[in-house]
Order: sequence, then C-alpha cells, then structure tokens
Amino acid sequence: MTEMFRDKIDVEITVNGEPVEARVPAGQHLIDFLRQTVGLTGAHASCEHGVCGACTVEVDGASVRGCLMLAAQADGAEVWTVEGLTERGRIADLQAAFIAHNALQCGFCTPGMLVACDELLRRGGTPSRAEIREHLSGNYCRCTGYEAIVDAVETVAKARAGKGAA
Amino acid sequence: MTIQFGNPDRPNSYIGKTVPRPNAAKLVQGRGQYVDDITLPRMVHVAFVRSPFAHAQITGIDAAEALATKGVLRVFTGADLAEVCTPWVAVLAHLKGLKSPPEHPIAIDRAVWVGEPVAAVVATSRAAAEEGAALVEVDYDPLPAVTDTMTALDADTPVIHPDLGDNLAFRRLHEEGDVDAAKAAAHKVVTARFRTARHTGVTLEPRSILVDWNPAEGQMTAYHATQAPHMMQSVLAKHLDIPESRVRVICGDVGGSYGIKVHVYPDEVATAAIAKVMGRPVKFIADRLESFTTDIHARDHEIEASIAVDADGKILAIDVNDWTGIGPYSVYPRTSAIEGNQVVNLCGGPYDFANYRARTSVVFQNKTPTCQYRAVGHPIAVAITEGLVDMAAAELGMDPVEIRRRNMYADDAYPVTSPAKMKFEGLSHHASMDKLMAMMDYDALRADQAEARKAGKLRGLGIASFIELTNPSPFMYGIGGARISAQDGCTVRMDPDGSVVALSGVTEQGQGTEAMLSQVVAEGVGVPPSQVRVITGDTQVTPYGGGTWASRGAGIGGEAALQAAKALRDSILQVAAAMLQAAPDTLDIRDGQVVDAATGAERMPLAELGRIVYFRGDTLPKDLPRELVQTRHFITMDYPFAFTNGVQASYLEVDPETGVVTLLKHWCVEDCGRVINPQLVDEQIRGGIVQGLGGALYEEIHYDADGQLLNGSMADYLVPMAAEMPDMQIAHVETPTGESELGAKGAGEAGTAGAPAAVMNAINDALRPLGAQVTEMPFTPERILRAMGKIEG
Repeated sequence: MTEMFRDKIDVEITVNGEPVEARVPAGQHLIDFLRQTVGLTGAHASCEHGVCGACTVEVDGASVRGCLMLAAQADGAEVWTVEGLTERGRIADLQAAFIAHNALQCGFCTPGMLVACDELLRRGGTPSRAEIREHLSGNYCRCTGYEAIVDAVETVAKARAGKGAA
Repeated sequence: MTIQFGNPDRPNSYIGKTVPRPNAAKLVQGRGQYVDDITLPRMVHVAFVRSPFAHAQITGIDAAEALATKGVLRVFTGADLAEVCTPWVAVLAHLKGLKSPPEHPIAIDRAVWVGEPVAAVVATSRAAAEEGAALVEVDYDPLPAVTDTMTALDADTPVIHPDLGDNLAFRRLHEEGDVDAAKAAAHKVVTARFRTARHTGVTLEPRSILVDWNPAEGQMTAYHATQAPHMMQSVLAKHLDIPESRVRVICGDVGGSYGIKVHVYPDEVATAAIAKVMGRPVKFIADRLESFTTDIHARDHEIEASIAVDADGKILAIDVNDWTGIGPYSVYPRTSAIEGNQVVNLCGGPYDFANYRARTSVVFQNKTPTCQYRAVGHPIAVAITEGLVDMAAAELGMDPVEIRRRNMYADDAYPVTSPAKMKFEGLSHHASMDKLMAMMDYDALRADQAEARKAGKLRGLGIASFIELTNPSPFMYGIGGARISAQDGCTVRMDPDGSVVALSGVTEQGQGTEAMLSQVVAEGVGVPPSQVRVITGDTQVTPYGGGTWASRGAGIGGEAALQAAKALRDSILQVAAAMLQAAPDTLDIRDGQVVDAATGAERMPLAELGRIVYFRGDTLPKDLPRELVQTRHFITMDYPFAFTNGVQASYLEVDPETGVVTLLKHWCVEDCGRVINPQLVDEQIRGGIVQGLGGALYEEIHYDADGQLLNGSMADYLVPMAAEMPDMQIAHVETPTGESELGAKGAGEAGTAGAPAAVMNAINDALRPLGAQVTEMPFTPERILRAMGKIEG
C-alpha cells in the first residue's frame, strides 16, 4: 500500500436516505465501505474488478459497481442498496416476481441483480426479452440460467406498463 | 399411512406441487447471511502467500518486513502449522492403485502448483493481511514443471513425487465382451478424439470460512460455506486433534457450490489451525484470483474413442481411452480419481450393447488440483458417447434420433446391468425421447434447418441422451474408507403452537433444499408448508448426514424427512386419540387440524394439542407416550446408485464468417423419479444446462508450458451471461425409485451432463455439409473456423 492510500478522507454520503459521516481510507472501495463500515451486507464483493455485478448499488440514480468506485468518490452522493430499496418499497413488485419465478437460487447475485433490473425498469416501457438479457449482461448468475430472471423482469415491466396505461 | 401420490386431490398434497421457497424472501431483501457477512469479537483476517511457480523448492522465508507492517500479528509457515495439523492422503481403498502424497495445509520445502499456500499472514484487517502477504520474502529454486497430460508418464518427464515412483495417480481398465472381435466384424467403425477443457466452478461467493477456537470450552466453531458440514467436522477434528464432538460446523447461506465447496482445501484447514493456535476467530475469504488458482478444477480430459455398428445401426462395441491430469495431489477426502472412474462407468450409458472397453489414466501434473464438480464425469462420458453415436449415424446416413431409438434400452427392460456393470433400476429413454420430439417439434425444426441452409445459414440440431448417477450409497466413498455419510437423517418436532420444526443433515446452497424439505414434512405431518420451519447446516443441531452432493438432497434427505414426519404424525395422533377417546386410525391431520379421517370433520387444532401436551400434561394418561419429536435416517440398500435419465436438444446457428455460435433454443426431458417441486426441479435443470453450455462454448482454464495459469479473472475466463443464453423448455417423465416411499432421484446435474454433447452435435450437424467437425471443447469461434478451414494451423 502506498503512502497515498494511507490518507484518510472525510466523506458525507446519504446511504438509503440516511446521512452517514465517516473518515475512510483513500483506497477503500465503496462496496467495502458499505459492507464493513455501514453494516449493509446485502450487496456482495465477488470478482472485485467490475465483471460480475454482485456489488451493484445505486449511486445518484445509476447502477454502479461498488468494487470499481472508491468510498471517497461517493462523497456527497446518494447511495441506495437493496436494504434501502426494500425498506422504501421501491422494488417490492420486482422482489415478489423474483420469488414467484424462482429467479434466484443461492441469492448471492440477487441484490446486485435487482439494482440492475430496477435501473432498466425505471426507464419505463416494456423491454423485449433480448433487451432485458442485454441489460443484465454485466450481472453474473451461476445458478439460474437467467431465464427465470428474464421472466420476472418481463412480468414486472408488463404489469407496470399496464398500470401506467390504466 | 401410505401417501397416495396418484391422487392429486389427496389431503395435504404438497409433494408434487410448486410451493414458495421459505428462504427466498430474505435473499431478495439482502438479508441472507453468508460467511463474509459474519463479524465476531476479536476476529482477525488471514491472507496467504502463494507460490508463483508451478514447481519450486522453497529455500527460505523471511517475514520480518511483513511482521513490521501495521496491523499484522503473526506469520505462519508450513513448518509452523505442521506442529498442530497432521497431513492428509487422499486415496480410497476401493480405487485400487490410487496413490497420492501427504498434503499439508501450507507447503513445506516445496510448492507444486501456482497458487499453493506457502505462508499465512494474520492481521487485524483484510487489507493489512494482504499488505503483509505481499511483503513476505520467499526464496524459491524453480524446478521443472510437468504440465502435459499425455506425456506425464514418459520416461524423460520428471516425476513430481519421487517417493511415488511415477506420475500415474490411478489407472482403471474395464473390459466386457470382446471389443476387438466386434470391431473387426462391424459394418462401420468410427473413431474420434475428444477434448474437454479445464473448468472451474466460479461460485459467485468465493470459498469462505471463519473459525473460532474457544480454549475455555475446548470447542472449535467453523462458519463454513460448505456442502458437507459433518464431513468437515470429521476432517477438522482428525487433523487438528480435537474430539469430533467438540467441532461444530455451521453452514448458513452459501453463495453457490456446484461441487466446488465439498472438498478439503489447504487454506481452509490452515485457517482452522491458525484459529486453534491463536485462540481467536480467524476469517479467510478467497479473492477471485485465489478462486481461479485454488478452487478445484475439473474436466481436463483427452480421449480417443471408437464405436462399432452394424448395417442397421446397432451398436456392437464402444472403446474408450481416457486421459486426465489432476494436478499434484489427489483432493481430500473424495479423491481425484472419481472423475475418470465415472467416465468409465458412464460411457455408453443409455444403450443396450455387449462389448465395452474403457480405460482411464489419471496423472499428476503441476497445475491446480482437480476434483468433483457438478455432474462429475458425466459431460465427458455423454460427449464421447453421443458424439460417437451421431458420427455413426452420419456414416450410415441414418437420422440421429432413429439410431438412438434402435439402441436405447427398452423402457420395460429393467432392471438391467450395463456393460460398465452399472445397475439400472428403471429408466425411460424411449418415453423421454418421444416427449422431446413432440415438445420441440422435431420435423418442423428440420424443415426450418433446410430452409435456412438454402439461405446460406448454418443451422444445426443436436440430440444427447444421457444417464445421471444420483443418491449414492456407501459404495461411492464409504467402502473406500472415507468418513462421508451416505445416510442422512431428519428430526421433526411439533412445538406448543402446533408448528413443526424439521432439522435435516442435508444442506441448502440455493437449489431449494429447504423448500423441498418443508413440503415433504408438511405432507407427512399434515400441516401447511408455511407452518414448517427447516433448519439445516449445523452439526451440533441436525442429525448426522452427508450433506448435499451427487444430487442426493431430495432422494436421501427428503425420504428421511418424510419418514420422520410420518412418525411424528403417528405420535400426534396417539395423543389426540387419547384426548378425543377415539382410535388413532379413525383420525387424520389435515391443514394443521386433527380431523375425523372418514368425514374430514375438525376435531382439534394442533395448537390445542400442543397446549395440553406441553402445559397440561397432568391431564393426559400417566403412561401415554407424549414425545412430539421423531427422528428417522434413510440409506439406500438395493442399488449402489439411483440412475436417472434424460435427453436434451440444442438448436443453434453457426456464423460461417466469424465462427460464432448463436444458441437459438434448448430442450430437456428428464426423469428424476418423483418430482417434489416442479418449479425447483425445472430451475435446477435450467441452471445445470447453462453451466453445461458454458463448458461447451466458453469455459477453459489456460496454462502455459511452465504451469502458469493465464486467465485468472472473470474477464478472461468466460462464463455464460444472460445475453448469450437461450430460453429452455423442460419436461419430465416420472419413474420413481422403489427404494423409498418418496421415490425421488436426483435432478441437480442432469442439465450439465447433457448440454455440452447436445451443443457439440448441433454444431457438427450445422457443419456437416461442409465436411467439418469439432470435438474439442469449448467450441470457440477460432476452433470452429479452423475446422472449417477458414484459418490455418
């Protein structure tokens, strides 16, 4: 570790709607900050270089790899994890669809997968199955084979579009 | 009470229906608890210094600078841990001739693969432990590395373990009938070479263990992402000199296993040994590079095989010569000879033929050790068999479905013993093939393929029939001397509120074990599944069992749960009969109520029975048995393994310019006996198929000639992602096993077993008009273009 990474930086981050003030090592990744400092263990560290998507969280409205962003970079940002999205009921229909379709098995990818799915669904409309697959192509799931996840997202998209039209 | 499975309207008919998984809600809310989510007081972290050489003498270790790093507490060498941990030797008595040297948790004197632990650094944070590990100075004298399987036994190849005499770990030759005579007399003999690449599991949750040693209690507690908690209890106790009863292994949520997490890993045992030395909790979580270099690899096989057929397409003989390299050690305690052994056991599996010869040669090399991974040996055996059958069909100008129909065991032929001496209780190859043909509309696809060809598109259709070995008896490991239980147990109890708790020795890694157990217990007792709480993965709490591997959770663990639940039902009814002054057999339990068996009229809620038993036992007859808890264990006795069967089909398109394969659709019909939860079984099949598709198209661990692993990241080792995967249609034929009342066989590996062969046959079906053929997996664009002659070399 170089001396530069020994530096500590003060950050103020809004995590799941609550203010968090902390003094973080300059080299600490956002995912480690969330898991180890804030105690939000929903998102997971897995490939640790931005390929698998298990650490996906929402930062200022966009889905972000928690292993590619430093905690210090999130200073002033609004961060949402699966815990906060659950508490606010923002993805309740998506979570229900995941359960109904058994779109998760071991569940390790699921929190990150839900954030990625939510980003797509928030764009509105009804994406095609190919578009859903393309959007999720940065989120690795070894268990399900993806089809049930696509089914769940498609179901929610159609239900939300139906509500919007009504 | 015998369950009337044939009547879907029977009371409490939860077996056979899709019921929600009890643990799904917590996982979608991010409330799972995986090992890395656990933090204990005084916990420290360990990181490992790993060999950068495939083979090297360790001539010195200088930890001074590491120890001076802020946060670093201790550095351990192999010699340090050898004082508290005995080495292990991974052999099994029934695999005759299998040899392997003693293996220590940390290498002593010599490292034999890139990634082998050489030292351990313990620190107050993971970051400090990693920083310290980078500062440990290790002096190495590099030694020649053995990397090529096919030359491992050559006279001029160095012997990795001189004490063993040569690099041969295991060899088995099985011969049935007269293969040479059958080939000589055959109408056609087709020979091919096949290769399957080295794979690894790429569990999204890396290997994880947190071990606490409490010297005051003389107890070790290991929070471990494992498939076999009781096996690990036994292993830690034996090698760390602790009574087995004083080792508790707790297996909470596990982020994917697929066989990767059923083995004993040196760094995990080292973590336990360090915890014992330091008397405080020690956590080890593998990082992704460690996963690639130290999780077991699998499927690194080279095969030459041939098939002999007569003019009608009847198979006369199959002849297989299989080679595999397993790294420098056989992996403890299951051994690394099983995969090759399975290839011998499974080739030709669906077919009724007389002459069979198969040899496997298992050699040592300086690469990551290989061992059992989802569908052990199956994808290899199915690729060999189904590849050869398709090639024979092409030689004869016969439809690939027709040649299979002419050779598959008749559905009424069972029981039969195969040429590999496998005993099949009951399979359904023809019924499965019929169902597949109807489901996929085979003729319409052939018409589409012909149209596509006219338009210059290379579309192909591939079929693969297969058998799958599940529900292993002690003949798998126990007879060889391994303390791996083939039996499993379940305790079911009723609490005062009328709810039921089931404690099972099988474990949950996401496949839905707990949902399966909840519905089996619910039906057995007579309560809704929502009233059943399932507890798994704690050796101090659950009955002893083998855990979850070889697709045994439902077949073994499910039957134990069913019998325990039925016994509890009888206990409840005995108490109810006394309270209601009725004969027990005139009563039943339905939907959590004691009812009149004949009319269904409600007599008493279970909560009322619970209240009386637990709080007003004085009102019951003095001699009335009142134990509302029952335990049953189950082990298969009639057959060494419960074989399942199935057939898969792949439809795909090969881009003639780029060699890229686009998967259009995939189908699978399989027969896992009684289907307990259709949705969970289908999802096991789908997930398994995609794992097999990864092996067919993407996954390959690369080494250079010096034994350096070249693609140790998820950006370089390609796994199936959503965009490339097809939709999959699944259907079932049900041939329950008669070994158990439940009748369930395993379903976890069928998808992986058959998918690569189906894809290979589909690609070759697409390429056949061009005279091209591929048999080396994965079928990368480069390999396909080479086969088509579009690139040289």
